[in-house]
Amino acid sequence: MSQVIGVPRETFAGEKRVATVPEVVEKLIKLGFKVAVQSGAGDAANFSDDVYRAAGAQIVADAAGLWAGSDIVFKVRGPSPEEVGLLREGGALVSFLWPAQNPELLQKLAARKATVLAMDSVPRISRAQKLDALSSMANIGGYRAVIEAAHHFGRFFTGQITAAGKVPPAKVFIIGAGVAGLAAIGAAAGLGAIVRANDTRPEVADQIRSLGGEFVPVEYTEEGSGAGGYARVMSDGFQKAQREVFAKQAKEVDIIITTALIPGKPAPRLITAEMVQSMKPGSVIVDMAAEQGGNCELTEPGKVVVKHGVTIIGYADLPSRLAKQSSTLYATNLFRLAEELCKTKDGVINVNMDDEVLRGTTVVKEGSITWPPPAPKLSAAPAAKPAPSAPVLKKGRGHGGGAPMSGNRLAIMFGVAAALFWFIGAYAPADFLGHFTVFVLACFVGYMVVWNVTPALHTPLMSVTNAISSIIAIGALVQIAPPVTSGAGRPDDWIRWLAVAGIALTAVNMFGGFAVTQRMLAMFRK
Amino acid sequence: MSQSLASVAYIGATILFILSLGGLSNPESSRRGNLYGMIGMTIAVLATVLGPRVTAAGIPWIIGAMLAGGGVGLYAARTVQMTQMPELVALMHSLVGLAAMLVGFATYIDPAVSSQYTGAAKAIHEMEIYAGILIGAVTFSGSVIAFGKLSGKIGGKPLLLPARHWLNLAGLLIVIYFGREFLRAESMSDGMKPLIVMTVIALLFGIHMVMAIGGADMPVVVSMLNSYSGWAAAATGFMLSNDLLIVVGALVGSSGAILSYIMCNAMNRNFISVIAGGFGTGGGTAAAAHSSDGQPAGEVVPVNALETAELLRDAKSVIIVPGYGMAVAQAQHTVNDITRHLRGKGVNVRFGIHPVAGRMPGHMNVLLAEAKVPYDIVMEMDEINEDFPDTDVAMVIGANDIVNPAAQEDPASPIAGMPVLEVWKAKTSIVMKRSMASGYAGVDNPLFYKDNNRMLFGDAKKMLDEVLAALKA
Repeated sequence: MSQVIGVPRETFAGEKRVATVPEVVEKLIKLGFKVAVQSGAGDAANFSDDVYRAAGAQIVADAAGLWAGSDIVFKVRGPSPEEVGLLREGGALVSFLWPAQNPELLQKLAARKATVLAMDSVPRISRAQKLDALSSMANIGGYRAVIEAAHHFGRFFTGQITAAGKVPPAKVFIIGAGVAGLAAIGAAAGLGAIVRANDTRPEVADQIRSLGGEFVPVEYTEEGSGAGGYARVMSDGFQKAQREVFAKQAKEVDIIITTALIPGKPAPRLITAEMVQSMKPGSVIVDMAAEQGGNCELTEPGKVVVKHGVTIIGYADLPSRLAKQSSTLYATNLFRLAEELCKTKDGVINVNMDDEVLRGTTVVKEGSITWPPPAPKLSAAPAAKPAPSAPVLKKGRGHGGGAPMSGNRLAIMFGVAAALFWFIGAYAPADFLGHFTVFVLACFVGYMVVWNVTPALHTPLMSVTNAISSIIAIGALVQIAPPVTSGAGRPDDWIRWLAVAGIALTAVNMFGGFAVTQRMLAMFRK
Repeated sequence: MSQSLASVAYIGATILFILSLGGLSNPESSRRGNLYGMIGMTIAVLATVLGPRVTAAGIPWIIGAMLAGGGVGLYAARTVQMTQMPELVALMHSLVGLAAMLVGFATYIDPAVSSQYTGAAKAIHEMEIYAGILIGAVTFSGSVIAFGKLSGKIGGKPLLLPARHWLNLAGLLIVIYFGREFLRAESMSDGMKPLIVMTVIALLFGIHMVMAIGGADMPVVVSMLNSYSGWAAAATGFMLSNDLLIVVGALVGSSGAILSYIMCNAMNRNFISVIAGGFGTGGGTAAAAHSSDGQPAGEVVPVNALETAELLRDAKSVIIVPGYGMAVAQAQHTVNDITRHLRGKGVNVRFGIHPVAGRMPGHMNVLLAEAKVPYDIVMEMDEINEDFPDTDVAMVIGANDIVNPAAQEDPASPIAGMPVLEVWKAKTSIVMKRSMASGYAGVDNPLFYKDNNRMLFGDAKKMLDEVLAALKA
């Protein structure tokens, strides 16, 4: 019996996202589930009931009916107290939940004997990246932050020289180069602004540059580093140096976007009131950490305020402001989770607590709270191949496994060659040396000519050299009937048949080789 | 025709052959180059037939043999599939080797030839015969095995006998010993025995050498045999005191040697160990299994044809990296259709060809040319490698080791240092593959686990047909 996935309308004020989109509904049905969507759930994200219906979803008129009829509920925001009451006894819920901040919610859900998976608790391991809704939302948030800034900023982002005068490009400073920060760097650079970015992790400098940003490091030398309290001193000194960098940037740039978050703690205060004051009038600050208290002292969460002539944007719902995009990505994240939950594709979920990803994501399992999860294993390696009983690779053997042996052979070959040369020099008649000279010179001519051959024509080169090497036919030709009296003991028949066979074989090559080369070369065209 | 006229004709033929190879330096002049080769060959054969060393009695035989052989050759050239080119080339090498052997034997049993020589000249002449037959036999049997492997009649797996290098060495010593016996032989019948023993050993050596080499090393083997067939012709030239044969043999020999050298570089192998034959492949495979600490971690992201088509449609620039898998699936025509479609939409589509992609040097170029892909968008590895960071989609079709980032990132990898196409630097890479199996080198490919990589599993032809259909829809 396949289970029903229910998608209610989000009840949180201003929330425009929806937990599934029609495209994903089809995929969920392919996994064996039935999908029910509350009427109007996708309206704010431009998905009408009709498209959901066309994708195979059942449209349910009201929330109560939907919650009651669903085995699994997919949501964006965590459930409100009323919604918890609607959740079926023993049902399953998937949404953002923030278990650390909402312990009571967790208790209530446990009381309903529910199984709850929190999309914000997906372990950050590479295998789980496709479920990582935080990243996909942060990506959208970063983009939207730039768009909001552009909206409130009174000038172009890109520099232009127009008939009416020169327009300088906007300067954007981005603090924190995580997923959101990097998305913001890309978006701002794409609009033509000069983008600078700072992050406490120096290793992200390359990523910043790859998106067209300029890395602004905090030049902090570890002076006065003593034994005890090293980290503390470092931390204080570093923060001071960091503030200096930010103060300097604040005077220069037009737009600051802050994305600095510390998991489980209030956002660090990075932009002081003085820095805001020092900015040019008309500048914009987008504080993406507004919900966690803000990186800027003057931020008012959820609002746009103007202080000291600087517009400070404290929206906490940036992804929701790009509802169609964020719904699509979030729905895909949920679909990937559904795939993990339903490996058998029979429409029944199996919350396998041995699976590292599902274990981390599950915060309540059949009424018992399982959050926080045990520390994740370092990395999820793919199934290791059974190691065959191969000998340990000796150092110096490299890939040419036979290299030392070849060396021996090489020495022998050189020895033979040296002996041969001495022998030739000592005994060979002048006639032979003449041929030998021709041979050596021809090798060098061949060397010079062949290096000029374009690699694209290596196959024709091989077939043409093949055709040419059928010149060996001459050897057979001169033997077939030489102008000598067939003296006693000359096995004429033997020689003739060997020669005829030789000519026939080389003729195959001669005609075939040239013909196939011709055929190939005719195909090369612009 | 006098001897002098014949010699002058030979000089002309030699020049034409050199021009023929020179013409291959670019596709424009290559057709004329081939024509030079044909003219040169015609002149050389006519000059010999009409020259002083062939009497009228031989001409019917020559015409008969030429017609028979030529007919077979032309038939093969007309009907061969472009994907079968490596097999055909290998087979043709074997013919050269066999012809060299036959000519060597014929020369040896001809008393009219050997009676011209005395003393050191006779010893040298006999040595030339000995060496000519030796090289011919190795070329012959090696090429036959290569043909068998390329056409799938013999398994592609390397056959590694225990102590195989010692076996080869023992073979060489026996050959040298019998060479001495051969030179000492008083009469022709005395010399025949060491000659035949040597031939058998050389044949076995050729078989053994190529049997020990696996499928993806075939480009090296094919070009090496190309080289050997040239040396066989040169040895025959010495045997017959014929400068034309020597020059052509040397040209072909050095051409093959250079190709092998290029192939070796592209695989980061030792040239000398390859030329000496029987280079190791066992070490690499064993090492692969061992570097388990280098096991790439992460998740592969499979996509379907529809998603692939979407990625391609949204891309501004695409680089396609074909490999042997494309040849096996005969997918080159579909690849061209996709290319044409995308180019029609203004997408910049180019091809990146690794020197050892496929089973012989230039294999991919020929296949793409057959499918009418314009050659000016088919790039060499060095030309295109730095363009990957600006590329939206890199599509890998049936290739593995040549796009393995471990070659650059993991010094412990058995393929470390091998030049590879840096597809992972593209914004997205799509790898088309039948399964997750490792490539020839037996090395796991960390590319598959990269975040920006997608896997499209299935037969290349079938999947590409679906992609094309989705693109057109």
